[in-house]
Amino acid sequence: MAVPDIRRGTAADDQRRPGERLRAVIRTRVFLLVSLVAVLVAMYLAGLAAGAGGLRLLALTAWGLMLGGVIALGSIGLSLVYGVMKFPNFSHGALVTLGAYVSFSVMHLLPPGSTLRPLSFGYEFLVALVVAMPVVGLVALAIDRVVYRRLRRTGAHLVFFAMASLAMAFFLRSLIYLIWGPDFHFYYPGQANPALQLPLGIRIRADQLFILALAFVLVGAVYGLLARTRLGKAMRATADNPDLAQIRGIDTERVIAWTWMLGGGLAAAGGVMYGLSSQLRPEMGFWLLLPMFAASIMGGIGNPQGALLAALIIGIAHQVSTSFLDPTYGPAVAFVLMVLTLLIRPQGLLGRTEG
Amino acid sequence: MSQVLFLKGLMLGIALAFLLPILLPPGPRWRVPGGILLGLAAGLGIAASVPPGYLSYLVGFLTMASLYGLLALGLNTQWGYTGHLNFGVAGFFAVGAFTSALVTIEAPSGLAAQYTQVLFGLEMPFLVGVLAAALVSGVVALIVAVPVLRLRLDFLAIATIGVAEIIRLVFQNERWLANGPQPLRGIPQPGRCLFESRPCEWLPDSLAWVVEPLSTRDYTAFYLMVVAAFLALGYALIERACRSPWGRMLRAVRDEEASAAMNGKNVPFARIQAFVVGAMVMGVAGALYAHYTVAIDYSHFHALFGTFLVWIMLMLGGSGNHRGAILGAILVWGVWAGTAFLANALEPVLAAIHPELPGRAQYVRWLLVSLLLAAVVLFRPQGLLPEEMRVSNYLRGPRGR
Repeated sequence: MAVPDIRRGTAADDQRRPGERLRAVIRTRVFLLVSLVAVLVAMYLAGLAAGAGGLRLLALTAWGLMLGGVIALGSIGLSLVYGVMKFPNFSHGALVTLGAYVSFSVMHLLPPGSTLRPLSFGYEFLVALVVAMPVVGLVALAIDRVVYRRLRRTGAHLVFFAMASLAMAFFLRSLIYLIWGPDFHFYYPGQANPALQLPLGIRIRADQLFILALAFVLVGAVYGLLARTRLGKAMRATADNPDLAQIRGIDTERVIAWTWMLGGGLAAAGGVMYGLSSQLRPEMGFWLLLPMFAASIMGGIGNPQGALLAALIIGIAHQVSTSFLDPTYGPAVAFVLMVLTLLIRPQGLLGRTEG
Repeated sequence: MSQVLFLKGLMLGIALAFLLPILLPPGPRWRVPGGILLGLAAGLGIAASVPPGYLSYLVGFLTMASLYGLLALGLNTQWGYTGHLNFGVAGFFAVGAFTSALVTIEAPSGLAAQYTQVLFGLEMPFLVGVLAAALVSGVVALIVAVPVLRLRLDFLAIATIGVAEIIRLVFQNERWLANGPQPLRGIPQPGRCLFESRPCEWLPDSLAWVVEPLSTRDYTAFYLMVVAAFLALGYALIERACRSPWGRMLRAVRDEEASAAMNGKNVPFARIQAFVVGAMVMGVAGALYAHYTVAIDYSHFHALFGTFLVWIMLMLGGSGNHRGAILGAILVWGVWAGTAFLANALEPVLAAIHPELPGRAQYVRWLLVSLLLAAVVLFRPQGLLPEEMRVSNYLRGPRGR
């Protein structure tokens, strides 16, 4: 994309027909970004028309950024697995839920500590987060060893992987129902959680800022891993072409194992943060599945920075839409943005142009 | 044998006479007449020999299995023949059910209008409702298919899961459309008047004595007959279409897209056709379901029942084989119904592990069916009755059969 194409040269020797030229313009990432921004602007206008004030829309935008942090945490793992394994993992939502519930159980094994003000949680919550991430990573790895590796060995088509992942989604969800039951849970039930008063009347809880910061830190870490480390390079090589990667001496099975560990761990982090910002319920991951897929496609599959950017856009669109739409339609807003991306530029905002 | 029991046996027999010719192995000439005779005899025999409780359980079981058979047929057109990964079956099922309900229902007036809000109630006959369900479902499929089917297979899976979720959200939230989160009640049932104390107006008086002893409790057997007839009709039409050049084109598009295009087939259009036809069959299944349960709401169209079970049925029965799809529907619905007994039997075991577990026994069923799908995908992806790679009925030998 950055390298100018010699064949295209100057406008004078552009041999393409006008229709082709128009299509080439539509398929650029700038055009996609402009259309997404246009949709956002339309949503703000619809909010104003529905009687929401400017300050209210500003507050919704801030909350949208916070929600975007939760979606981003879930979708970087999804995007990574999608990029390396090449199939949409429908059980990612269940892994998100599992992470939240595992940390919930771990937290209750630890002696409760004092609350880290202004945050609403104590040290035991952070320990539970750090424990839940590798646990869910290992669950994802175990599923890969039992199910997906067999499919890889038989050279199955990617649709069978997708179907197996749907089966695993229902498997994990029924396990969660069996172990923890269908009731809602809170990490800290009945505890007051005052919001910080920011300028312009924006009220945000310190927890939400923590979630957003964690999303940025983890995206930075994954970016660093992919760009700088040997493992990251091996992952990118496997994503590009597994056969060539093997010829160059990369143990692709090991790379895939690390991908599942990472993807599962990041899913757990997303689930814990989602549980912190609302409550724990067995369907929480399924609710998040559509926004997560939308973010990973809109950002460009396998691209963590793209997933973060897209998740923030989706989060804002989701919250702003509540000013004129029933809040339960959140997944539908994410879906519309995803279809728009697929129509304009299926590679997403930061994905590579050819593909 | 009393008159009621004979009539019930006859209705069950007619239903079985529709179902058995589908399930018998193809080939012998006696398949269709033999299946019909066997079905009638079995229906009368069962009615004469089993207690009434078991009979109504069997009738309910076969009705749901046939409904799922129609869903599996629709999915088979999309996945088995064309390779579309539709994870939103529940959405088209819901659209069909609500469309047919709105077309046939009586618009509430007066006090009832405060409790039940509908966009319209046309009071049309049952068959018009079914037709409308197929049409609306097909239009929804067309709207989904045109932008998404140009893209990669996996994007269709994500998009259809999203469409199903949005359709469910619409029927959950929009009170004005179909009574919002409350159930939409009073969906009329075809031929119900035959079972009421004052028989139908169109029934000649000379025949009134036939249905006179029937009560409304016996209606389910009649509706099973209707559903089985639709399943047989749908099977015959789709099997015919898929054995025609159209079906061969779909398989060519699925297996060798480039060759199909090179031979002058419009690949995107073929994909859209298959997707829309499959969705129409699902819409018909939805309509039949709405008239079966009489009251529907959004929670009936959960991804587990609407999508996931249908996928297990098709994968177990055999994708690309319509007979397999229907066989899979009956088997998996049997497994699903059977695991209810299993969950009951497991209760003491679960109670020994943890006191709260018996209350969650229903999730053991989910666990088992999800493992069933995983096992089919891993160990027998072609299903019980694999697709027949047959080119011609008259070509025998290694390339034929």
